[in-house]
Amino acid sequence: MVSRFWRKIPQRYNLVGTRCETCGRHFYPPRTFCPDCRRGGKIVDHWFTGEGKVTTYTVIRTASNQFEHATPYVLAIVELDEGPRLTAQIVCRPEEARIGMRVRRVFRRIAADGESGVIHYGTKFVPA
Amino acid sequence: MVGIVTYGAYIPRFRIAIPEIARVWGANADDITKGLGVREKSVPDVDEDTATIAVEAARAALVRRPINPADIGAIYVGSESHPYAVKPTACTVGEAIGATPCMTAADYEFACKAGTAALQTCMGLVQSGMIRYGIAIGADVAQGAPGDALEYTAAAGGAAFLLGNDDPIAVIHKTCSFTTDTPDFWRREGQSYPRHGGRFTGEPGYFKHVQGAALMLLAQMGTTPKEYDYAVFHQPNAKFPLRVAQVLGFSADQLRTGLVVPRLGNTYSGSSMIGLAATLDVAKPGDRIFVTSFGSGAGSDAFDIEVTDAIASDGFSRAAAPSVEHLLADPIYVDYAQYARHKGKIVMQQ
Ligand SMILES: [Zn+2]
Repeated sequence: MVSRFWRKIPQRYNLVGTRCETCGRHFYPPRTFCPDCRRGGKIVDHWFTGEGKVTTYTVIRTASNQFEHATPYVLAIVELDEGPRLTAQIVCRPEEARIGMRVRRVFRRIAADGESGVIHYGTKFVPA
Repeated sequence: MVGIVTYGAYIPRFRIAIPEIARVWGANADDITKGLGVREKSVPDVDEDTATIAVEAARAALVRRPINPADIGAIYVGSESHPYAVKPTACTVGEAIGATPCMTAADYEFACKAGTAALQTCMGLVQSGMIRYGIAIGADVAQGAPGDALEYTAAAGGAAFLLGNDDPIAVIHKTCSFTTDTPDFWRREGQSYPRHGGRFTGEPGYFKHVQGAALMLLAQMGTTPKEYDYAVFHQPNAKFPLRVAQVLGFSADQLRTGLVVPRLGNTYSGSSMIGLAATLDVAKPGDRIFVTSFGSGAGSDAFDIEVTDAIASDGFSRAAAPSVEHLLADPIYVDYAQYARHKGKIVMQQ
């Protein structure tokens, strides 16, 4: 569990993805191959600015033990300004959430393995 | 010359009014608010801690000035509320700003002055040529036992300062410290809340050390309080910094800009550093800033800082990150029950 988490630390902390220099398409999670350009694609690392908008959202009122303390919370699909979409928590009151709402990334606690285990940090979003 | 190349601050959005805490404990709200000079204090969100605050402050600093994270050679985070007893907050910050792996890092602990101790370390590493840039952070989600006097002021927030020799927005002319072994405030390993010597600890703790370091710096610089445009002192409440300023010969006017405690509370390691950030938010080239921190246990670090033309240059964008004033504006107020939930003071069934 711990090792699976730490391999993904760069992506979780920083929204590090990739970009195809040939066509300009962005990928998150990162891809090493551009499906549009295929062999003609040149893939480079890309640090997303973390700004985007809410495409759709749901309010989570019952959750597993690890996330129970945070309910109710807003889980959304966020479209980054560069194009890719990802699922993330929006830190706001459920009644504040709107489709199309501008958001920006923040660094927050995601979960902790009990009182003595590892604390997992990562990216959430707040209304911009 | 070594100085502050960029800086950033972070304060959680939630506040609790001091009268709301007094209500719960049946205390006289008026006496407490007036006695401390504090109206409300910041409260972290349920998913915020010292590491998340330190990261947000460091990112705010980097938004103001494009610095290659690979050029950051050291990160020190001062706090008395690190999320782990063993595992450095500074590593999480390094990873979150892309400065890893070619850097040194460590966490500092010295009650409320751990952040300024980090500043001094970075100054030394930069001046000796060991590193190009170093980041010093003071951040806390301060702990006060329910019902204890500290609960009225223990707040959350932090500030980050990136130090270097290249075109600083403010040069640090000198720093000096005054340190003794004084048991005015402590927390034993494994204990959730700190303890303190009570209301008589001001004189042998705060006042002795702040005055000791401040007078030493004035003597070494050959300056008088009047030569400074701004003064920032550690602010566990509003009374102590105002009184020590008066004793030293600084005016309430010099203090006003950096005195954030009435609306913020005591952010411990963040306290004097957020005060300095609030001052840099409005300072002009040529302004002189006098800073003295205090940490129980006990010690004070004093700094003589002068703002340069770089603060108004194209290479630095003060407006790119929120000012302390902006971070203090538009809070969300919580009642004591919500506050207890945010601070994890409610015991949950396992
Ligand atoms: Zn492509």
